[in-house]
Amino acid sequence: MKTAAERLCQRLLVCVLLFASNAASAGISQIFTSEQPDVLVSDPFLEMHTGPGRGYPVFYVAGEGETIKILKRRTDWFKVELHRGAQISKRGWVPLRQLRNTLDLDGEAIDFGGVGRGDYETRKWEMGFSVGDFDGARTIDGYLAYGVTKNISLRLTGTQILGNFSDGVMGTVNVVMYPFPEWRVSPYFTIGTGIIHTEPQTTVIQAEDRTDEIVNAGLGANIYLSRRFVMNFEYRRHTVLSSRDDNQEINEWKTGFSVFLGKQ
Amino acid sequence: MEDRIQRLFRQAINMHAWPIPHRLAQKVTGGFMLACAFVLTAGFGVQSVHGADADDLELEPLIVREPEREEVRIDRLDTENFEIGAFAGVLSVEDFGSNAVYGARGAYHITEDFFVEAAYANSTLGQTSFERLSGGAQLLTDAERDISYYNVGLGVNILPGEAFIADRWAFKGGLYLIAGVGSTEFGGDDRFTVNAGLGYRLAANDWLAIRVDVRDHVFRTDLLGESETKHNFELSAGLTVFF
Repeated sequence: MKTAAERLCQRLLVCVLLFASNAASAGISQIFTSEQPDVLVSDPFLEMHTGPGRGYPVFYVAGEGETIKILKRRTDWFKVELHRGAQISKRGWVPLRQLRNTLDLDGEAIDFGGVGRGDYETRKWEMGFSVGDFDGARTIDGYLAYGVTKNISLRLTGTQILGNFSDGVMGTVNVVMYPFPEWRVSPYFTIGTGIIHTEPQTTVIQAEDRTDEIVNAGLGANIYLSRRFVMNFEYRRHTVLSSRDDNQEINEWKTGFSVFLGKQ
Repeated sequence: MEDRIQRLFRQAINMHAWPIPHRLAQKVTGGFMLACAFVLTAGFGVQSVHGADADDLELEPLIVREPEREEVRIDRLDTENFEIGAFAGVLSVEDFGSNAVYGARGAYHITEDFFVEAAYANSTLGQTSFERLSGGAQLLTDAERDISYYNVGLGVNILPGEAFIADRWAFKGGLYLIAGVGSTEFGGDDRFTVNAGLGYRLAANDWLAIRVDVRDHVFRTDLLGESETKHNFELSAGLTVFF
């Protein structure tokens, strides 16, 4: 007779395995399809740099109508391969702005997928870090957010608290609601819960380590800077549910910087 | 043609006295008949083409199909925006001497100019001059002499360009400025640490780079009595891989 817990574990395992196999097959298919077909140069000329940056010299220029193969990408630079006749074969880096007009061999425009405000609104993953003040102590945190819809995302935050008298770590899970996701400066509300662990500095005597549950509510604003950058400001009010008689209220102010990836 | 086959079947069926109710028989035979008819007509169809006059033939217009071209998928391109690596060097901790430091770091390149980086490193503290001169007095336990730090920061690439070694070799490289925040475990406590510095990245090829870094890690501590700001300089070199 299996217990409910065992059954749950089994189901979870199956889910994880399914997810893993899906992810693996997606990965494999990506590896096998990374070989790209040739494309047609449609700008009057295409400057090939020795490296992925404006500081690296142009060593070759491809002309309109020639075909190139795009090999890989670093930031907004693409490594391309050019064959001119049988002997000449050049590999160099080309910026996105020169490749934008490139067509495929059927004469169709290629989607280079520039990142803009639209991608920000429908972002799937967002990760970043912030620095703040936690009742007089400094904090550093790292967070990962998953966009469920344009308006709602789940945020997992790990915070290190560095005070003069005690250190601590805090882990929280928050639901973040964006009432106006399309605004450049997008305000949000958040509520969440987590755990806080504090330990006194070694130079402080007669205090003990403590682990408490914590609940928080806050508000903040995301500011879309450009491309994949987002900046944010946030205020959270934490309530530490301590085993002592009174709950402790703590104000946290922080500012952060994040990068987003993926599409919902 | 189908009509004729159907008629044939009906006759054949009627010739037998089926011992099953009439309606059901009709249903079954109807389905069977249709199936047979389909098979037969298909067969006849082939025969009739063979046997037909040339006038009856209606040739379909000739379509030349080009092989389907593979779509250019920029989102499937191999991207190399991540950089990970290890480094080793010397960390000078104020009052505690200079010691070897080993660490690892990972970066994400957002644009050709900006990158975010996280690093973690370990070192040990030496003895303060007080400890050496007093003959035996120890300020810290052995465990407290381990020092480690982590930090996250933003880097900006400046002065990119090729660097030449003799006439033959040209390497792609560039300086970068980097600043960030983090935490240092020092003397058994975690200290909020601000770091800033600069480095040089020399690309050996597309995916391998050599990096040399100079950093100042600044934190406050009251380990030696009063609270004071400590500057801790680090010089390190390392290898990183882009992927």
